[in-house]
Formats: sequence, C-alpha cells, structure tokens
Amino acid sequence: MNCRDVIGFLMDYIDGVLASADRTEFEKHISICHSCVAYIRTYQQTIKMEIASRIEDVTIPEELVRAIMASRKL
Amino acid sequence: MVQSAFIRAFQSLSRFRAESRISTWLHRIVVNEALMRLRSRASAEEPSIDDLLPTFVEDGHQTRDTVDWSENAEAALERKETAEIIRRNIDMLPDSYRTVLVMRDLEEMSNPEIADALGISVNLVKVRLHRARQALRTLLEREFGDKP
Repeated sequence: MNCRDVIGFLMDYIDGVLASADRTEFEKHISICHSCVAYIRTYQQTIKMEIASRIEDVTIPEELVRAIMASRKL
Repeated sequence: MVQSAFIRAFQSLSRFRAESRISTWLHRIVVNEALMRLRSRASAEEPSIDDLLPTFVEDGHQTRDTVDWSENAEAALERKETAEIIRRNIDMLPDSYRTVLVMRDLEEMSNPEIADALGISVNLVKVRLHRARQALRTLLEREFGDKP
C-alpha cells in the first residue's frame, strides 16, 4: 500500500470498516510514513474543528413561543 | 433561505404538533427548504475542488510531505474567533460537498439517511464526504498550518 491507497482508504479505516487484510497493509504503511501519519491526524482534526464550529440549538424565548401560539388562535 | 423557511413554517403552523419541540420542528422545515433549493440547483455547474485534494507522484507517494498542524489548530480552538474561521471555510466548499459534510459531521445523519434525503447512492455520499473533508483539511491547513 502507498500514500494514495492509504488516503483513499482513510475514511473506512477511521470508521472501522476496513477489511482485516487491508487494515494490516494500511497500518504497515503508516508505521513507516510520517507524511501519512500527519495527513491522518490533520484529517481527524478537521472533523473535530467542524464539530467545534457548530452553532448549538438556539433557545427560543418562551415569550416568543407563547406569542406565536396565541396568534394561531386568532 | 432561513427567512423563507420561517415564512413556510408560519403558514403551516396549524400542522405543528405540540408534542415535538418547536425548535426541532423549525429546524426540520429549514432543512427541507434547503434540500428543495439544492435539488432545483442540482444541474448547475459547480466549481472543481481538485486543487484542494492531495496529489501523488507516479509511485503513489504524496507529492509533498504533509506537516502535522493539528496541535496548532487544537490551540486555536481556545480563541473565540476560530469557530467563525472554520464556518467561513466550510462555506467555501461547493454545495454538493458542503451539504453532505454538514449532514454527516454536524447534523450526525447516517450515510443512508443522507442518500435518501439527497436522492443519491450511499456510495456517492461516501465519495463526496471523503472529498469534502479532504478539501476542508487543505483549507484549514492554510489557516492553522505554519506559514512558509
């Protein structure tokens, strides 16, 4: 397996769905390739950054909900 | 887009069932509105993201070594402007990639759920997701990697 294969299989590896034989080859390559290790770490960091940027549910003021519900009755 | 989704929500307020949270209901309506718009624009030409994907030499090794900037990025998470920088970079991705990335990584939908919502195959969802993450990785490298 070379860098192209490792980066191609990366998502399956992270998701734990890579076939056993491929996983062995994948791990053999990353044990000797610092560049792929850096790629994998920064790929995983990218997902972490995405999640950190998420805007959490905005709490809707009770007053607004009451006003909207009241308007339904008009 | 959100505005027109909210107008749609107001018009269908009578269908709101009190057993679900109003925020959940509004969220669903905004997502549906976004999907409707995406489908109508699906045939439009999108910019390529090939420039943001890794390149390889003939024997399959990376053209240039990747440098690990994950610790820099982790430290940047302490700063409040970082979330805005990340969102700005997510917004730079073409629609078809950004949509899949947001649905999976932020909305935490499964691949089959995304495939169903977008009317594409699960395999295409996986291809787009992996390419979107790789493209975003390159964009974030420009923000958080060591400047040459």
